[in-house]
Amino acid sequence: MKVKVLSRNPDDYVRETKLDIQRVPRNYDPTLHPFEMNREYTRALNATKLERVFAKPFVASLDGHRDGVNCMAKHTKSLSTLLSGSCDGEVKMWDLSRRECVRSLQAHEGFVRGIVVRFCGTSFFTAGDDKTIKQWKMEPPGYGEEEEPLNTILGKTVFTGLDHHQKDAVFATCGQQVDIWDEQRSTPIRSFTWGVDSFSAIRFNPVETELLASCASDRSIVLYDMRESAPLKKVIMTMRSNTVCWNPMEAYYFTSSNEDYNLYTYDMRYLERPVTVHMDHVSAVLDVDYSPTGKEFVSASFDKTIRIFPHDGGRSREVYHTKRMQHVICVKWSADSKYILSGSDEMNIRLWKANASEKLGVLTPRERASINYNQKLKEKFQHHPQIRRIAHHRHVPKNIYHQTKELRVMKEARRRKEKNVRKHSKPGAVPVVPEKEKHVVAVVK
Amino acid sequence: DKQRTRRSINRIVVLTNADDEEELMEDLNVDDGSVDSGTEEPDCDGSERKRLKLLEAISALGGKKKRRIGERSEAAVNMSEFTVNAEGEGDKIQLSDLIQSANETQTVPLKTRKQLKHLQQQHNTLDSPLSKQETQRIQRDVAFQKTAAEVSRWKGVISQNRQAEQLVFPLNQESAGPKPMERVVTSWRAETPLEQQVFALLSANKQPTLDPVLTPVEKLSQRAISLEEAKIRRAELQKARALQSYYEAKAHRERKIKSKKYHRVQNKAKRKEFVKQFDQMVKTDPAAALEELNKIEVARMQERMSLKHQNRGKWAKSKAIMAKYDKDARKAVQQQLEVNKDLTQKLVRSLNDEEEEEEEEAAVGEPELMPDFVNQAESGLDSSNPWMKAQLPEAYAERLEEESVGVTPEKAEMEVNKAEEEEEEEEEDNREEEEVLLSQFEQRRKLSRLQEADVKLVPQVENQEEEDAAQESSDHEEEVEEEEEEVVEEQLAHFTSLFQAITKNSQDDGAERAAPVQMEEGLVRIRTVEDVELLTEDLVAADQPPQSDPAPPAENPPSTAAAAGKSRKNRRGIELTEVLTKDTVDIDVPLGPTVTETEDTSEEVKGQRGLISEAFAGDDVVADFIKDKRKHEDEGKPKVVDLTLPGWGEWGGTDLKPSTRKRRRFRLRSVPPPPRKDQHLPSVIISDKRNSSITLHQVESLPFPFTNPSQFESTIGAPVGRTWNSEQVVRKVTKPKVVTRLGTIIEPMTQEELMKGKQ
Repeated sequence: MKVKVLSRNPDDYVRETKLDIQRVPRNYDPTLHPFEMNREYTRALNATKLERVFAKPFVASLDGHRDGVNCMAKHTKSLSTLLSGSCDGEVKMWDLSRRECVRSLQAHEGFVRGIVVRFCGTSFFTAGDDKTIKQWKMEPPGYGEEEEPLNTILGKTVFTGLDHHQKDAVFATCGQQVDIWDEQRSTPIRSFTWGVDSFSAIRFNPVETELLASCASDRSIVLYDMRESAPLKKVIMTMRSNTVCWNPMEAYYFTSSNEDYNLYTYDMRYLERPVTVHMDHVSAVLDVDYSPTGKEFVSASFDKTIRIFPHDGGRSREVYHTKRMQHVICVKWSADSKYILSGSDEMNIRLWKANASEKLGVLTPRERASINYNQKLKEKFQHHPQIRRIAHHRHVPKNIYHQTKELRVMKEARRRKEKNVRKHSKPGAVPVVPEKEKHVVAVVK
Repeated sequence: DKQRTRRSINRIVVLTNADDEEELMEDLNVDDGSVDSGTEEPDCDGSERKRLKLLEAISALGGKKKRRIGERSEAAVNMSEFTVNAEGEGDKIQLSDLIQSANETQTVPLKTRKQLKHLQQQHNTLDSPLSKQETQRIQRDVAFQKTAAEVSRWKGVISQNRQAEQLVFPLNQESAGPKPMERVVTSWRAETPLEQQVFALLSANKQPTLDPVLTPVEKLSQRAISLEEAKIRRAELQKARALQSYYEAKAHRERKIKSKKYHRVQNKAKRKEFVKQFDQMVKTDPAAALEELNKIEVARMQERMSLKHQNRGKWAKSKAIMAKYDKDARKAVQQQLEVNKDLTQKLVRSLNDEEEEEEEEAAVGEPELMPDFVNQAESGLDSSNPWMKAQLPEAYAERLEEESVGVTPEKAEMEVNKAEEEEEEEEEDNREEEEVLLSQFEQRRKLSRLQEADVKLVPQVENQEEEDAAQESSDHEEEVEEEEEEVVEEQLAHFTSLFQAITKNSQDDGAERAAPVQMEEGLVRIRTVEDVELLTEDLVAADQPPQSDPAPPAENPPSTAAAAGKSRKNRRGIELTEVLTKDTVDIDVPLGPTVTETEDTSEEVKGQRGLISEAFAGDDVVADFIKDKRKHEDEGKPKVVDLTLPGWGEWGGTDLKPSTRKRRRFRLRSVPPPPRKDQHLPSVIISDKRNSSITLHQVESLPFPFTNPSQFESTIGAPVGRTWNSEQVVRKVTKPKVVTRLGTIIEPMTQEELMKGKQ
């Protein structure tokens, strides 16, 4: 009698080591797994909901300043170190991992206007309202030593901004004019003026390291090349730009934060119209900083919020606020692109997560895989109304909510009026001006 | 010429700083002046004087102001020493004055002369220099153009990064660990004296200048062994040497031993060892094994050809004569034959492919390596070579005994089972061992009886064989043969009896097992999935019973009835009859066997099905569905609208009803709707109505990047999860666009990236 027995090849189901993943025979026949779209939609919906559930962006608040935080600087070599200068001339160094101040020094009389860490990370520069630029060692002074700057430069005028070259011993200041300084000299090696008496910010291009951009009080953004004797070009806008920031990954893009509640991303070669207008703030935008990946940037506003914008998107993807945070004066995106730091009027520095619902720390491969999958699903179904509704919902303070509404109404009214004017005038007499071109007054060569 | 100069001036204006430029302009103007005042009298008498004069004039022009040199007659700051003034000193010089000589000299080519004449006729002046603002504007514009062009180099990198499926930051991740210096520093030379000194020192001391990891000395020291290690190694070597000498001494001593028996034993042991090794070799090193096999084969051939151990030699014949009286001689002869047999025995070569194939072709069903005793038994039947039978006994008998031991307990157990049908399990456990022993005894007794019977049968065969043998070999050989054969026969008989007993048992078993299988066949008809489940359960239950005993049928009916009732109650949850359109056909099934089964499985059935039905006691899904569907159908049916107005056109009142004619007239019957789509689908409800709860989840307008709805639908419709895709696909599809590492500083893009892009 022959008995038939089920037999399996052990190779099909036995693991070689216990660390191997169990081999699970699968059948991908689509008839066995029906309703794929519906099931994935449900998963996407759940993922979106969970994302909102886990969105807890606020990490820590660093208090210690005795006046509003006016400027901040990231350490170029250490992720956990942050420098901040306040309106009373005090500079503090923070250890972010311990969330405490490790050093504080009275750097200036009056405001600390600018602070920047040298590319090597061994020293930093501060510029203040007392017309001085000071260079400080990164290490605190030893026991019994005085806290003294390495180097002090006495300027003729007040300095309002400061930035350091990416890899040379050169830094730039702005005030009445834009100055380029050699670290070894007490006078600027080059000065740029262009009929303006006041500049508010200056930034070196991190990629094309000889280029600079500055914001002037005549509502213009001026571009410079350090090697040339004259500035390159300037664009005059309807309102003043407060700060400017270059994209660290894309050499010719920069974004400026404007008094007219918007941010403008420009291609420096074509200043006639901005590439993107970023709208969402309801008050003047005071500061902007790019993510080191160059894919997003964060803006700080007078409306007491921080917003995160995609570099090519007109609307913000995230808004951060807390009850106690007042006008946010300065903002930085950490060098590992995971955190955001904001310094505000009410003397605190706040640490936020760049991705509100991201799990920080080491992820297991399965965890990562499931996060990736959920992310993909959210992206895939982002246009579905329910998912969009959940994903886009943010709670904002009452006044911001109402102001947003008000702005919307105003804008709509303006649009309607323009439409009516166009309707009742000769065809072509009232041209349609796109939003991007509305804000540029002129480009001066 | 003037145009050219203007152009050059313009160029200079653009390129140089404002102040410098002004100075230059002045210089140029002055130069013009000098040209004007320089040469005035072409036909003067002394050329020397002319030259001097020119020089003087030029030197006078070196200052900022043109000074007039006065005559001696009046008081002046600068006096001409010659008291004479050059004629027309203050006059402007013309281009014509300069080129007049060129016209006169014949060496100047005609073409140049023409050009000069043409220039003479033109009287354009230079343009005034641009304003400062204007020049700055031009400078800025030029600088901007240059910078824009320079920055545009990044276009490729930027667009590439924007389109990249995945970007991993930081972009230029370097591998950890020390790197050779030439990779870190590409073009660096020791230039300063200090550096040179340092490098000279390094090279003098054989320190690595390029590879920072290890110096040669360090490498050497790494390779070298420590003192302790060296000691240990030496001790090991000593030990090995001593062992070798011991071994040699031992071998020498053993070779000197004269006892043949000792050597025989030794040889046998060696052979055994060899066989073992060979078995291993077959597994580990088939090539070497094959070689060994070939050697054996060669030995066999030689043996067959030489007839060396066939007892044909002188010695063998003498021994054969002696054998009748001498036991030793007999043994010697026997041994000779054994050797012969060993050598001539053909080996089964599983390693040789061709032969293997041939064998397979010959007998497909047979295992590759036949057990030895099978061959031997066959050879035993070959009466022409009686010596072949000689080897059978020992190993064979052992194996047989083993088998018998192996078999008996099983049978014993079965007997035990039979014997203890009515007894309880506890007692069973206690008694089992005793029973086993007893049954073993019984078994042996039976076997011995069988053996006796076999022995009685054998002699006839034996006689025949004896006769055959007598024809070939001598008397004493026959005797030996007889003895041996008797042993063989005994064991053979033992084996056969055992075999018969086993087969009998197995047949009995087969018969017993066959019965329930046949009965099962007709029991269940499969109609639905639930039925299949039931069936599998039954089968599982059926497999179990053979161990347990069939209980007396008289006891069973009530219990089974109860079980059946229970199961029916349990199944109430889902009524199949409501789903099925056809009536089930009752089948008469013989009660007996089912009785036993249901009783066995009743508890289990209750366990599983009972649980399920308890869990879902409330929801009658199928009935609900049918109700639902009926509701849908009813909704779809046309409704009669009664529009009769009582009292209209006739008398109305409490007891009065509108006339039937009127009622018939004003009753509106709507047109029956088209037949439902799910008319013939019993388990489906198809509804064409728009469901507002679903529209909430649907995309209303085509989102931005998509151009047509089908494109969007296909994108949404393609699943990305691992339920529908293989692992690799999922990993590829769900790759995040930007990957950053926690705690890693991402530097801004560097110029190297651009170079990389270009390469």
